[in-house]
Amino acid sequence: MATVGSVASVVFKEEYVRAPKRGPITALLEDERKLAICLLLPTVVLLALFIAYPFVNGIWLSVTDTRVGVPGHFVGADNFVKLWNDDIFHVAVRNTCLYTLVTTIFKLALGLWLALLLNRHFRGKAFMRAFILLPFIIPTVLSTFAWKWMFDPTFSVLNWMLFHAHIIHSRINWLGDPVMAMVSVVIVNVWRGVPFYAISLLAGLQTISPELHEAAAIDGARAWNRFRHVTWPLLLPVTLVIVLFSVIQTFADFQLVYVLTGGGPANATQLFATYAYQLGIGTGLLSQGAAISLAIFPILLLVVIVQLIYIRRTETL
Amino acid sequence: MIEGARWRRWVFFYVPVTAFVVALLFPFYWMVITSIRPDSELYRPWSAPNYAPFWTTHPTLEHVHDLLSETLFTTWMLNTMFISLAATAISLFCGLLAGYALSRLKFPFAGSIGTIIFITYLVPQTLLFIPLADIIRNFRLGDSPWSLILTYPTFLIPFCTWLLMGYFKSIPKELEECARIDGAPRWKAMVYIIFPVAIPGILSAGIFAFTLSWNEFIYALVFLSSPEEKTVPVGVTSELIRGDVFFWGELMAGALLGSVPVAFVYSFFVEYYVSGITGSVKG
Repeated sequence: MATVGSVASVVFKEEYVRAPKRGPITALLEDERKLAICLLLPTVVLLALFIAYPFVNGIWLSVTDTRVGVPGHFVGADNFVKLWNDDIFHVAVRNTCLYTLVTTIFKLALGLWLALLLNRHFRGKAFMRAFILLPFIIPTVLSTFAWKWMFDPTFSVLNWMLFHAHIIHSRINWLGDPVMAMVSVVIVNVWRGVPFYAISLLAGLQTISPELHEAAAIDGARAWNRFRHVTWPLLLPVTLVIVLFSVIQTFADFQLVYVLTGGGPANATQLFATYAYQLGIGTGLLSQGAAISLAIFPILLLVVIVQLIYIRRTETL
Repeated sequence: MIEGARWRRWVFFYVPVTAFVVALLFPFYWMVITSIRPDSELYRPWSAPNYAPFWTTHPTLEHVHDLLSETLFTTWMLNTMFISLAATAISLFCGLLAGYALSRLKFPFAGSIGTIIFITYLVPQTLLFIPLADIIRNFRLGDSPWSLILTYPTFLIPFCTWLLMGYFKSIPKELEECARIDGAPRWKAMVYIIFPVAIPGILSAGIFAFTLSWNEFIYALVFLSSPEEKTVPVGVTSELIRGDVFFWGELMAGALLGSVPVAFVYSFFVEYYVSGITGSVKG
């Protein structure tokens, strides 16, 4: 380097203004690769330490019999065999799948409806959009407490409203009855998720040129057909990404059920995450808890792969 | 607007929109009314004849007063504020640098590193909380705000990086090249030319990261144990319920006050927040 530099300075001494003097660090960062390494270093270190390492540690924990404060020994697939024969785990798997499926359908349907409503011009639109997002931005735990209070067996305002609207004749035991508890959890999840769907879908709708609609309308397409053949196909890629995000979040949901029912009554609302918490943290069986958490992984991976393939296919169409 | 008769407009627009708004906002109204209602009115069964749910004749600040004076609520607020701000700052710093590198520099494995970061973005917290609790214990970080400040970036950095990559890609290369021709070193062009242009993206990412860390529950629940270290969501859940007794007035006051900082930040930056959501989805 030194000789090249001196030759260059001899050759171009008169013609060129000298580049300002640079320190060794600046010179080092001039190289694209080295700069990239420096820029990525903090991210890679943090993610390796708190995502990759826990993941490996989780796999290790799940093949040992570790408890809190008691170092474990290697036990092979014992924890997974136990889970395979565990009735509560079966219930949790079924609940999680049902919960994810039902809430996703409702969130998508209601969110799309709300997005279509908001995609019109009316006074106070920006204001309305801001207010509608509130359920999504307010900390979930805190808003879920408001719901828990609304579902209270003795003081429920929902019961009062339904009773005075002559829809029910005796009280609904929202969180105490196994079926109603699941219904309640689904209601709260849908309530929280609809704004996210609506706002994201609205953003997707706004990228669709109104001229396409006008053209279809001139050709005589009615509102439903315009939606079915113009809006929906164009909205599909965005919708799939939103559903992907939402399915992952719902599948791994914890806080909502933890606050509302704690997985009860009699495990009727037990999900993967709440069961993992109960065993792993509640009773200190770290290894079994880790095994349950890990069991989310293959299912999640499958969902993600299927959706990514589908997304890619719709994008290349 | 809907074409056709007036009734159509009502049936297809005003009625559903009103129903949505009422359903989405009613729980917040219920929070407010519960937190200012005296206990004598609060614990009146819904079937009682004088149950008047939607208003109160004797508004009181008793619950708010109890919450602030008899519980550690203010401490939790300060804890959450500190943790959220610190985690957001770390994530923005890392996300900015990584986003710049991944979107504007050419180096081997850029594509695969980008994909890995995207995949970590999809990893839910509930997948890792048990082994992570073990690690936090081994690092002797348990029961300290640093356990959260260092772990929150794991779900914030991928998001920030992803969002900012989108912003950086939209900035024309010529802008940076101009600075480089004028003799600016690479890092100066990045800090003084590219970062200022990306300020809207930085704001979006920052606001989103702040609300996400204020929201976070399971890590805070598992890593923190002593009452004076807790964050608002965890403190409200574990300390305002004694045994089986729920102090609903205080709980709702806590839920309301605990939501204020997020709602406040949100109300000033709605547009940035919305573009954050849509940006995160578009990817």
